[in-house]
Amino acid sequence: MSSHIMSAFDEELKYLNRRISEMGGLAEQMCADAVHALVNGDSALAQKVISDDVILDNAEREIQEKAIVTIAKRQPMAADLREIIGTLRIAADLERVGDLGKNNAKRVIAVQGTGVPRKLARGLEHLSELSLVQLKEVLDVFANRSAQKAEAIRQRDEEIDAMYTSLFRELLTYMMEDPRNITTCTHLLFCAKNIERIGDHATNIAETIYYIATGAQPQGERPKDDSSNTLGAVVE
Amino acid sequence: MNMMTEAAVEKALDQRMNDLSYKMIGKDVSVYYGEKRALFDVNLNVRQNTVTALIGPSGCGKSTFLRTLNRMNDTIDNCRVTGRITLDGDDIYDPSIDVVELRARVGMVFQKPNPFPKSIYENISYGPRIHGLARSKADMDQIVEASLQRAGLWNEVKDRLQESGTGLSGGQQQRLCIARAIAVSPEVILMDEPCSALDPIATAKVEELIHELRSNYTIVIVTHSMQQAARVSQRTAMFHLGQLVEENDTDKMFTNPDDQRTQDYIMGRFG
Ligand SMILES: Nc1ncnc2c1ncn2[C@@H]1O[C@H](COP(=O)(O)OP(=O)(O)OP(=O)(O)O)[C@@H](O)[C@H]1O
Ligand SMILES: [Mg+2]
Repeated sequence: MSSHIMSAFDEELKYLNRRISEMGGLAEQMCADAVHALVNGDSALAQKVISDDVILDNAEREIQEKAIVTIAKRQPMAADLREIIGTLRIAADLERVGDLGKNNAKRVIAVQGTGVPRKLARGLEHLSELSLVQLKEVLDVFANRSAQKAEAIRQRDEEIDAMYTSLFRELLTYMMEDPRNITTCTHLLFCAKNIERIGDHATNIAETIYYIATGAQPQGERPKDDSSNTLGAVVE
Repeated sequence: MNMMTEAAVEKALDQRMNDLSYKMIGKDVSVYYGEKRALFDVNLNVRQNTVTALIGPSGCGKSTFLRTLNRMNDTIDNCRVTGRITLDGDDIYDPSIDVVELRARVGMVFQKPNPFPKSIYENISYGPRIHGLARSKADMDQIVEASLQRAGLWNEVKDRLQESGTGLSGGQQQRLCIARAIAVSPEVILMDEPCSALDPIATAKVEELIHELRSNYTIVIVTHSMQQAARVSQRTAMFHLGQLVEENDTDKMFTNPDDQRTQDYIMGRFG
């Protein structure tokens, strides 16, 4: 897109974009660290994730303030307006992603006693990889504003949901096998849910990018393959 | 017998409704100033009880188009208009049209306030008098007061109605001209940058007035303020180099316009 006649406006938009990328990078790192801390029982790393969340919260607040000043000063129209509103929404999603990472990190202490069974650890790591790839790619798409790629990422959330459902099933099995697993498995269940929701936020961001780029909402329902809400309802 | 499906009948009726809701229709309107062509086959319809904003860079032909709607261009030497413009279906360039009457039905407010060098009262009463709209002095007083009230000027001038209109401040003069325009109860009001000399409060008053007038009148406004166009209009037309490049719902125009030139213009980007 061509430049603004007022170059200071371009600078302000660039600044907001840069801050979003930084927030995205940090949120991604926090989530990866949290899962790492979880499967390795690394409480120092968990502590770091918890303190990093403050940085993310501050970044969101700062983006919000800058965006409001820009709206007041520039009275943006059309694509500019969509971009600034989109920035606010993405910052809010990334802040939530950070919270989810932090919540996982907090559970490290709780599962430390029993440790995380190898097989479950693999499952969690895999789920986490899927979510983080989703997040990373969506941040790349934010940088280049491709509506097509945003739409493609949105379609992929299905994979994460399916993976989450299978992990859910596995955790249930562990709990049924031995009630002593219940505490740990319940925590891990929350962790898995948190990770799945990171994927949802990445999907939100993809939809926001699609809107920024086209001015339209992406068509059709979000693909969903999360059948965990009916799982165990009928036990043979 | 010509069998029409129910749907086809519905559609024809809708179509008719739509045609009727166009207060003015401009078809292939071109304007020349001597050899210079200022408008190129503009097709723009003005909807009834709607505020239509005309936007576009300086010199693109907004004022020229606006003036074709009440034949103000007639007053400019060497200005020639081609195409067809109708008001309620009647060709306003038809030789049988009484231009004075036309301008009473299609009133105009200019960018620069231009009160007559007469009293405030006479500025308002002049139009109603020549069109015979008041039967008595009391009638006229009533029209003058109501018009000034609607233009948000009454409280400021009610004690000095006999003073000259030219002695008012710029913003007051503009509201006086608006009061003058509505005093003859026009059907369409054309406004050419009516707020360019007004402070934010006076601007807000004029915008509130435009909003109010919309239920009884049809309004076409030229403005350089994108925010103003977004605030007051329901339809927006974008002109560029004498051409109409896009006409759309205002909400769409300012969030997601179809034309790249509109896009660049409203966002203040280099075209
Ligand atoms: N009386 C005139 N004689 C000759 N050329 C004219 C006359 N009035 C306007 N023009 C030309 O016609 C073109 C359109 O002018 P117009 O005044 O309609 O533009 P505009 O969109 O209203 O611009 P602005 O936003 O600056 O008021 C311009 O190129 C202008 O120079
Ligand atoms: Mg003009």
